[in-house]
Amino acid sequence: MKQWREYRAAFILILIMLCAWELAARLAELPFIFPSPTGMLIRLWELREVLLFDHLPATLSTIMIGLAISIVLGAGLAVLMNVSSTVERAFYPILISSQTIPIIALAPIFVLWFGYSIWSKVVVTVLITFFPITVNTFDGLRSGNKALRELLLTMGANKREIFMKLSVPSALPYFFSGLKVAVTMSVIGAAIGEWLGAQAGLGYFSRRMMTQFDGAGVFAPIVLLSAVGIVLFLIVVWLEKRLLKWRSKE
Amino acid sequence: MSRSVLQLREVSFHYEGERDEEKLSIFHTLNLSINNGEFISIVGPSGSGKSTLFRLITGLEQPAGGDILLNGEIRKDRLGSVGYMPQQDLLMPWRSILDNAALPLELKGIKKAMAHKQVMELLEEFGLKGSEYRYPSELSGGMKQRVSFMRTVLSGSNLMILDEPFSALDAITRMAMQEWLLEQWEKRKKTILFITHDVNEALFLSDRVFVFSEIPVRTLQEVKVPLERPRNLRDLNNPDVIKLKDHLIDQLRVKVKP
Repeated sequence: MKQWREYRAAFILILIMLCAWELAARLAELPFIFPSPTGMLIRLWELREVLLFDHLPATLSTIMIGLAISIVLGAGLAVLMNVSSTVERAFYPILISSQTIPIIALAPIFVLWFGYSIWSKVVVTVLITFFPITVNTFDGLRSGNKALRELLLTMGANKREIFMKLSVPSALPYFFSGLKVAVTMSVIGAAIGEWLGAQAGLGYFSRRMMTQFDGAGVFAPIVLLSAVGIVLFLIVVWLEKRLLKWRSKE
Repeated sequence: MSRSVLQLREVSFHYEGERDEEKLSIFHTLNLSINNGEFISIVGPSGSGKSTLFRLITGLEQPAGGDILLNGEIRKDRLGSVGYMPQQDLLMPWRSILDNAALPLELKGIKKAMAHKQVMELLEEFGLKGSEYRYPSELSGGMKQRVSFMRTVLSGSNLMILDEPFSALDAITRMAMQEWLLEQWEKRKKTILFITHDVNEALFLSDRVFVFSEIPVRTLQEVKVPLERPRNLRDLNNPDVIKLKDHLIDQLRVKVKP
């Protein structure tokens, strides 16, 4: 009941917008470029088999492989930058400037390098999700309280113990913030990759429907993509709540 | 009983500056000796080098000259040998009370189950029974300080340094905590070095009170507290103690120029 009250306003707003869209679409009568929400749902239902069993698995594997690589590389680099200031000075500026490169513009190059295989999509996903994970984890590792660090020293703790007992727990909330951003962006990354060259995947399917002037067919996989993003986000929130129980007490 | 637990022999210390004349000298050939089982307080206005003294004794800083002796031995590596209770409770918010108190045991390499057992045995005395699985954010200020003190006790050192531990508590909780601390000290037979800016607190708790003079500190003015133990807060109304208190306050007032 409390949750309903919290989300009521958003729910009503979405409902109003969908109604307005439905009305406008029916009046316009241009379904190939401006489909109605109900038209999309019907198309989603008609295409359920090919979407759920052919294209969703392709996109999901791109997202999962990309995220896994980003987490391992990102957290690893964050730890290295935390341990060595030389590594930090060497990598941090590159990391920041890498974000100014329009990855979408680079994506066709990856298709040339890796072909239509899954790896061209994974590379785009990694490039997009690597940054929030690395920067957040790095900031988190540095966020450990200095006074607490000195207290640990007076207890005879060595560097490794300070890292494990202070830096890592301090970094976890930051890591999860980064991961939340990364999972939503991973969907975008995978979709961009598929748009530019793929043989399967929701992004690829959406583009194919566009060439066939099937407006509802363009939107159906997009609805599914956004659902994937929301589900992934909720999974991270759930994990965060479980692992950081202490935060909910504050 | 009169074995020396802590001794400073002609200790000098200064913070580094860019140039020589910017060096800030804090201690100059300072001598200090604390015996086993004593309760010593150090009073001084803020910025008088109190916390520097604590950093030197715990080993976070090294003296530029002179020696620091723990239990009669010259020690260069003092980290891990002196129990330190900081001003803020500094509990880890992600650890339960049980895990927070077990931290020094964990760092000594004691198995988790064994460490938890040791903590559990102390919980009742520290008034924390039933709170072992709660998180620091769920406790009151006084309770957090008791957890912090328990953690210091569990470090196992015979010398404990308490850095203004009650300064953030309200007056009533503070009085209760002072009485409780005395009980604990009498029972555990530890040596306590207590830092405070509250003259009443110093007089009530200590055997001897040291006053920090101006920077750089060359000598510490020492005052013996003429009270028997066990003590009662009313003992502070004793005429001798009141005189002593006025004397201490005058001493401190000279140092603080508004």
